[in-house]
Amino acid sequence: MISQIIISFFQIIIILALSPLLSGIIKKIKAFFQIRKGASIFQPYYDIAKLLRKDSVVSENVSWIFHAAPVISFAAVLTAGLIVPVFISNMPFSFAGDLIAVVYLFALARFFTALASLDAGSSFGGMGGSREMFIASMVEPALMLSIFAVALNVGSTNLSQISQTVSAMGLSAVSPYHLLAFVAFLIIAIAETGRIPVDNPATHLELTMIHEAMILEYSGKQLAIVELGAMVKQLLVFSLLANIFFPWGIADSVGFGSIAIALIVFLIKIIVLGAIIAIIETSTAKWRLFRLPDLLSVSLMLSFLSLVSFIIVKGG
Amino acid sequence: MIYNNLFYGLIIFFLIGAMLSIVFNKRDRLSTYVSFLSAAIASVFGIIFSISVIFGEPFSLSLSGSSFLNFGFFIDRLSAFFILVISISVFAVSIYSIGYTREYYGKKNIGYLGFLYNIFILSMILVVSANNAIMFLIVWELMSVISFFLVIFEHEKPETRKAGFIYIVMTHIGTGFIILSFLILGGASGSFSFESFSAYGSTMPPLLKDLAFLFALIGFGAKAGIVPLHIWLPYAHPAAPSNVSALMSGVMIKTAIYMFIRVFFDFLGADVPWWGFLVFALGAVSALTGIMYAVVEPDIKKMLAFSSIENIGIILLGIGASMIFFASGSPVLSAIAAIAALYHLLNHSIFKGLLFMGAGSILYSTHTKNIEELGGLIKKMPVMALLFLIGVLSISALPPFSGFASEWLLLQSMLLSFNSTDSMIRIVLPVGAAALALTGALAAFCFLKTFGIGFLALPRSEHAEHAKDPNKPMLIGMGIFALLSILLGLLPGYMVTFLDRIVRDFAGASAFDQPFSFGISGILKIPSTAMSISTPAILAIMLIFILILLSMRFIRDPSATRVYETWGCGQPISTARNEYTARAFSKPVQIWFKNIFRPVRELRASYTVSPLIKESFKFEVRVEQIFERYLYTPVVDLMLGKSRTIKHIQTGSIHAYLAYIFGTMVILMLYIIIGGSL
Repeated sequence: MISQIIISFFQIIIILALSPLLSGIIKKIKAFFQIRKGASIFQPYYDIAKLLRKDSVVSENVSWIFHAAPVISFAAVLTAGLIVPVFISNMPFSFAGDLIAVVYLFALARFFTALASLDAGSSFGGMGGSREMFIASMVEPALMLSIFAVALNVGSTNLSQISQTVSAMGLSAVSPYHLLAFVAFLIIAIAETGRIPVDNPATHLELTMIHEAMILEYSGKQLAIVELGAMVKQLLVFSLLANIFFPWGIADSVGFGSIAIALIVFLIKIIVLGAIIAIIETSTAKWRLFRLPDLLSVSLMLSFLSLVSFIIVKGG
Repeated sequence: MIYNNLFYGLIIFFLIGAMLSIVFNKRDRLSTYVSFLSAAIASVFGIIFSISVIFGEPFSLSLSGSSFLNFGFFIDRLSAFFILVISISVFAVSIYSIGYTREYYGKKNIGYLGFLYNIFILSMILVVSANNAIMFLIVWELMSVISFFLVIFEHEKPETRKAGFIYIVMTHIGTGFIILSFLILGGASGSFSFESFSAYGSTMPPLLKDLAFLFALIGFGAKAGIVPLHIWLPYAHPAAPSNVSALMSGVMIKTAIYMFIRVFFDFLGADVPWWGFLVFALGAVSALTGIMYAVVEPDIKKMLAFSSIENIGIILLGIGASMIFFASGSPVLSAIAAIAALYHLLNHSIFKGLLFMGAGSILYSTHTKNIEELGGLIKKMPVMALLFLIGVLSISALPPFSGFASEWLLLQSMLLSFNSTDSMIRIVLPVGAAALALTGALAAFCFLKTFGIGFLALPRSEHAEHAKDPNKPMLIGMGIFALLSILLGLLPGYMVTFLDRIVRDFAGASAFDQPFSFGISGILKIPSTAMSISTPAILAIMLIFILILLSMRFIRDPSATRVYETWGCGQPISTARNEYTARAFSKPVQIWFKNIFRPVRELRASYTVSPLIKESFKFEVRVEQIFERYLYTPVVDLMLGKSRTIKHIQTGSIHAYLAYIFGTMVILMLYIIIGGSL
């Protein structure tokens, strides 16, 4: 019991500590590809520390939703953080929810952020909220099919179970349907984390922003929470990618040695994924909003193919 | 014996409510209290009665002993479950109605409303209790006709009369098909009692079974509002008084689901594979169509009616999956899918009732249903806004509220299809799950829009400016539902155990049978696949995180907050005209599905002397109701055209009519003579 609480606590600390680093690393790799020097990989920490020291400016039109939304969203994302395997596969809180629950917890976080975007009465906020929810609606069916494709292989949607089973299968887990589902999930991960070509996290023009437009009215301490929440969500989505599809190296049981190795392997995995994202971000431009249904139908089709090929390969 | 008394008590209190409200119809306040309080008391009888049947034995009551027409009631666990759903809704809605009808004091005859309301509920309870086809059709028609009168309660508005007309036509088309289905069943079994239907129904020849299935699907589908028979719903539900809409959307359309289960499983045996696939496909289409139109609908009550079509679709996905599993010989999976469907049905009756009562409160206090004229209500009606938000979170299937629990279970039941050996099932069910995911995401979009535009930011009109929290009974009625939405979300394990008792009877297996023994209590668990969920744990963890965050002073420091105007690129924009509109918010979805919506936009400008200076603009956007346009309008036009040609025989002269009668008589006599000789 005690060791389980310690593990959960440790997991939350790791997630909070690593998520700004991941953002910093992606920015650095992007800078490398754009032949720039780029900011330090620790810049996101400085940004959050700076925001936490600042006062907040709050619109005069807002209600309690605006104040509650960052806290509720952040808590929802952290709750998902207790279910997503990061360095250990048998999570103490895996009974509380499965992959589907994680998706719905992210949806809860998104819902409150989008609700707050409408609270200040600015058109920018509404625009951002509307687009964010629009993208989410396109992501959801593709995501559900890819969850089914993954779960079909393992026979469960429980994340600990998925990691353990795939990990135990070793390299024999790599198969056409596995890779198809991975690509489908990668597209979804790009959309979920608001990266190019879906959204540009570095934009400063109100009309092109999606996530940034939604949180335009936040400042100071509240903005720090919102930004950190987005980074944590990004880390969790990457952990899902890493530990569903390539869980090798994850710790099966509690032990200093195995956890230390698992942490290092995890770090390598998310850096590799971060590099992939950075390459995609540098080599493509942001797409028009109404071309995104095409991108996400590709993901939907890939998941479907993965599902069908599983049934063909493994026999009806 | 106690059953008898409870059941009689239930009927008697509804009748008392109906009669006394007519007696006191001149005195608004008295007749309000008498009719709605007695409905509430009757519903308490209903709750106790149904729970004791579910945990006890089926109850039957015979009114006449003739072997051919054995009028009476038979209430098994399935019927009792629906009585429970109806009674819970009626209890909360009746309390709400005490406050809501104040709107009509002095304008409308409250006694008449109270009378219709009580008889309407009584007829719904009798529909799910009838044990005989004739008896059933009588109470079914009673329910349809009374609900028609309730729809046209505000008959001075022309659109209400149109809504009533569409409703009565559609519901009678439905009844026609129901009669056909019952005639097939009655012909095969030689009796009109439901008992003989279930004894002989499944032994009918395949063709007759298929026909009985299709007729029942169309007939009850018209009442349930499955696409394409849904067109009356978006007219009728908004037209009725809001307390009645809450009951129509929350429970009346569910009586059709009751009959689906009764006819498909109980009477026909549900052993034909394609039936399940058809129901499943119709569920997916209804869910998607309903929610798409809900997203772009600016009228709150109409939007809620479209969302009812969506939720009926979700329930049918569960029923369809259950039928698919049942026909493929996996009764345990069938039981799990059916539990998910019934769970969602119960949840929907509660959160939809809550949202309709919320829409009613908005209408009561702002006199508008148009979301574009609202805004800022969270500050004007804080309690109502909180209750409405709970409904919104539940219907958007967000954890840990009730919609999440039932949709999670439904997704899991589809996921369990990988245990099936049939490739068809293993491909179709995941696609259905993707449709369900899209539906859920669009529902979140739709209700986010409703709450965000309707309740947040600044009021967009004079109406919204002067809104205030509705009176106590209305808030209490909504509060009961809000509480239930939270509780049903937090108790999925207990709910599954409870619903299992009902499902066991018709699915022939329990969800707790091997190989899927469910865990119970706080954690809902399927050990064989290690899939589990615990909404109480999710809530507890979230609350701990929220408390930690709030206790950190460097995060939440009220002294370090400055209030200033909203950012508008340096321009002063703090007026309601600069807010995002509902139309604009839903525009991306409208563009995404433009092939279905076929949006029509009209821009008319009137000019002054110069074409450069415009005097006024008129801009209009509306979406096409494709089923009305391409399915119903051609049929209606055809019928009108044909009747115009037939009209010529209607000369208006009595001699001609006498000649027609004479002619008919001669033909009939000839027929009998010839027929007799054959």
